[in-house]
Amino acid sequence: MSESSKLADAARRNFLARAGVAAGAAAVAPGVFLSTSTAHARPADEPVSSEKRWGILVDTTKCASDCNDCVTACENENGWGSSEPNSDAAQKAHWIRSVTIKNKATGFAKTLPMMCQHCETPPCVDVCPTGASFRRADGIVLVDKHICIGCRYCMMACPYKARSFVHEDLHDQKPWAPRGKGTVESCTMCDHRVDKGQIPACVEACSADNHNALIFGDLYDENSEISQALKAKDSVELRADLGLNTGVRYRGI
Amino acid sequence: MLALLLLLLPLAATADSDKDGEKEALPFSDLTFPEPARHYSAEQKCVQPVEEMRKNHMNYILHQRDETVHRGIRTRRYALEECVNCHTAQDDKGEYVPINAPDQFCYSCHSYASVKIDCFQCHATKPVRPSTLNTPEADATDSTEKLSNDIRQLLASEGQAQ
Repeated sequence: MSESSKLADAARRNFLARAGVAAGAAAVAPGVFLSTSTAHARPADEPVSSEKRWGILVDTTKCASDCNDCVTACENENGWGSSEPNSDAAQKAHWIRSVTIKNKATGFAKTLPMMCQHCETPPCVDVCPTGASFRRADGIVLVDKHICIGCRYCMMACPYKARSFVHEDLHDQKPWAPRGKGTVESCTMCDHRVDKGQIPACVEACSADNHNALIFGDLYDENSEISQALKAKDSVELRADLGLNTGVRYRGI
Repeated sequence: MLALLLLLLPLAATADSDKDGEKEALPFSDLTFPEPARHYSAEQKCVQPVEEMRKNHMNYILHQRDETVHRGIRTRRYALEECVNCHTAQDDKGEYVPINAPDQFCYSCHSYASVKIDCFQCHATKPVRPSTLNTPEADATDSTEKLSNDIRQLLASEGQAQ
C-alpha cells in the first residue's frame, strides 16, 4: 500500500469511527434537541446543520421600480459588478438582478430582485456531472468551484436563470468570495456572513435604506421573523408548478 | 614521513585538476534554492512546525477547503486567506505584492519544484482584512488538526506494530 493511500485510509477510518461515536451520542438522548437562536452565531468549528433552513422573503410591494440597492450591495460584497470588462451583457455575472415583470393584459408592471431561489430539490444539483453543485445542510445551494468543470449544465437546468459563468481572467477577488474563469457561480446567500451570524448583504442594504422589502431568516424556526411573516400573509414560490420548494419566496406578484 | 607524503599525493593531484577546470560540474548544480520575499518572523510562527508545513501544507489546505465549502466550518488556522495574510510581502511603497508573483512566497518554490497550482485564479492574492489568527476563534482545536493528529498517531502505531 502506498504512503498516500495509507493516509487516505487512515483518514477514512478515523472519520467513520468519529461518525459512529456521534451517531451513538445522538441516540442516547432521543427527543432532546439542541437549538440556538439566530442571534447567536454558530461556533466556527461546528458544521452547518439541517435543523435550520435559511430563506428570504421578498415583499415586492415595497420594491421601487428604479431601486437597485440590493444588486449594488451584492456586487460590492462579492466583487462581481465590474470584474469582466470583455464580456457582453448576457455573459456577465448576475448573482442577483433586477427584473421587471408585466401583465400584458392589464399593463401592471412590477420590479423584483431575482437570484438563486435555493430550492429544496435543486435541478442544478440533479444535473451536475461532478458533484460541484450541491445543497448545504442548511439549505443554501452552492457551487464548489474546486470541482466545477464549467460544463454549464446547471445553467441550462435552472428555471430562474440564476447562474452565470465566468468567461475571463479575474483579479482582486474578495477573500470570502473566490471566483474565477471557467467556473459557474450564483448567489451564495452570503454564506460567509450567515456563518458568522450576520444577514446577507442584499437584505442588510434593503433594511439600511429603510425599504424593508427583504426578510432573511430560518424557515424551520416558527418564531423567526420570516416564519411569522410567511404565516401572517400570502406569499408564492416562483414557478411553484415545478415543486422545487424554494427558500426564496415572493409577496405581491 | 614518506608514507604521509604518499597518502597526500592523490589529494594534491585532485586539487590540481580542479584548478585546471578539468572536473565537470554536476548537472543543475548552478541552481540555487530561491529565497522568497517574506515578512514573517521567528516570533510570528507558522501554524505548524516549518518542516511539517514544507512537506504537508497542501493537505491542510485541501482538508480545510472541503470543510469550509461543504460544511461551513470557518476556523481560521488553515484558511488559505491566513496563508496570504502572513506570507505576502510589501514593495518599496508599502503596497502588497500578489503572493503568486514570480519572486513571492508561493510561486518561487512551486516554480522551483515544477508544481503548477491554480489557487490564485480564484482566491485573493493580497491581504484584504486583518488576520484573525491568535484569536480564541482560531486557537480552538479544529477538525483539521484533530484529523492530522489522528493520522500521525495511527501511522506511529502501525510503524511500531511492523
